Amino acid sequence: MVTKLLIANRGEIAARIIRTCKKMNIPCVAVYSEADQNAPYVSMADEAYLLGGPKVNESYLHVEKILEIAKKANCDSIHPGYGFLSENADFARSCSRAGLTFIGPNPDIIEKMGNKVEARKLMEAAGLPLVKGLSRPLINLEDASKSAAEIGYPVMLKAAAGGGGIGMQAVWNEEDLIAAFSGNQKRAEMFFGNGDMFIEKLIEKPRHIEIQVLADQFGEAVYLWERECSIQRRNQKVVEEAPSPFLDEDTRINMGQSAVRAIKEIGYQNAGTIEFLVDEQQQFYFLEMNTRLQVEHPITEEITGLDLVELQIRVASGEKLALTQADIKREGHAIEVRIYAEDPVTFFPSPGTITSLILPENEYIRHELGVHGASIVSPFYDPMIAKMIVKGDTRNEAIDNLSSALEGYQINGIKTNIPLLLDISKHPAFREGDTTTDFIDKHLKN
Amino acid sequence: MEEIKASMAGSVWKINVSVGAEVVEAQDVVILESMKMEIPISAVGNGVVTELKVKEGDFVNEGDVLVIIE
Repeated sequence: MVTKLLIANRGEIAARIIRTCKKMNIPCVAVYSEADQNAPYVSMADEAYLLGGPKVNESYLHVEKILEIAKKANCDSIHPGYGFLSENADFARSCSRAGLTFIGPNPDIIEKMGNKVEARKLMEAAGLPLVKGLSRPLINLEDASKSAAEIGYPVMLKAAAGGGGIGMQAVWNEEDLIAAFSGNQKRAEMFFGNGDMFIEKLIEKPRHIEIQVLADQFGEAVYLWERECSIQRRNQKVVEEAPSPFLDEDTRINMGQSAVRAIKEIGYQNAGTIEFLVDEQQQFYFLEMNTRLQVEHPITEEITGLDLVELQIRVASGEKLALTQADIKREGHAIEVRIYAEDPVTFFPSPGTITSLILPENEYIRHELGVHGASIVSPFYDPMIAKMIVKGDTRNEAIDNLSSALEGYQINGIKTNIPLLLDISKHPAFREGDTTTDFIDKHLKN
Repeated sequence: MEEIKASMAGSVWKINVSVGAEVVEAQDVVILESMKMEIPISAVGNGVVTELKVKEGDFVNEGDVLVIIE
């Protein structure tokens, strides 16, 4: 049972989780840093407690303090949201030691999925197709060069402990590989404290398509269709949509069924997302698994009519999945844009004070907000301050609705990426579904 | 004299030079940190550092002068 829930997060996702708590009549507790005292989510919760200073290690990553507040407020469960402690296996273990239900999968799976080489091995054994490559670290340059020749150029050189696009480089021939190897190894060592490198076949013109899955504690699991998240900047997503404009129906179902088989095989529980790269021939390859609620989960909710946070709470409470695969519908088309406080051209962060916020309102628009019209956007956290989700009966209608909604979206006082989002929404290549991961560089940079 | 300015608001994460140091064009002199992103600020010309206007941990706004070189 979940009788009182602490939300170990901030911003729009904390507000999102609070909404579901209210709907389910579950009292909820917010925690906040000194920088977030006036954030909208703090006043939405039934109770709110100060964690400490604005830095993340004094606040949202301060495990002891969070557990102490959970105890003091008589909470029996913790929702970690995304980012911060959501994929921290030790935090999940600490919660269960303190007698708290961690809303997510078990800690061992979180741990394994956090290492790319380990995740590759686990999912290969669970039957998912992998990009041709090595499921072990490279020994030295000679090993790298031999392995690359076997796999066939072009290849992708990757850091085992990497993430967020750091420590990754495309290599087109042996000369490039020799030039890239030691530099990337050093960079991986510096950023992640682990210089292990591995190598995979480079997928050209890839799309990033992920499957939302959900499993209960009794071995039942379903997939909630896919999300395409190919449009990215600095390897971070900017626009997401469901369904994918690219997949054919057979591939879509094949990906969903493969994902469900894999999570049953590994004994996964709660909500999760399996990310795939999909090539031009609709071949799909396992990329990584996110063992938490995803930023872009609302587009799945919009096409299925389901509340993913509610389902997470229900399965974590020990309820059986009340849905079978056949119950999961798919209606219309949904697009999410992430509103970042940043320069729309250079992508440099733009913290500051919002002087006014004017939101477009319509029945096809859903807002997820981390700020209000007088918020201070601090430099301490992620630049994403809000999300807007727009629906249509068809993809074309959703794109029309998106453009007109973005035209009415005004944030003053700080720079935001809204001009970039508007350019994407109006671009003929976006309309045609030419949404490969190099979209912004290819179509919007001169 | 050349002023090296912050290209974004954030905190000063690292200062790579000290007064008297010679710097060359495109060398990273300061690294700013904001919203989980590190942005190196580089010199636009060659010269010698004559003054540091900030110290590590300081908060700066876009356009603030960080380092002066001659």
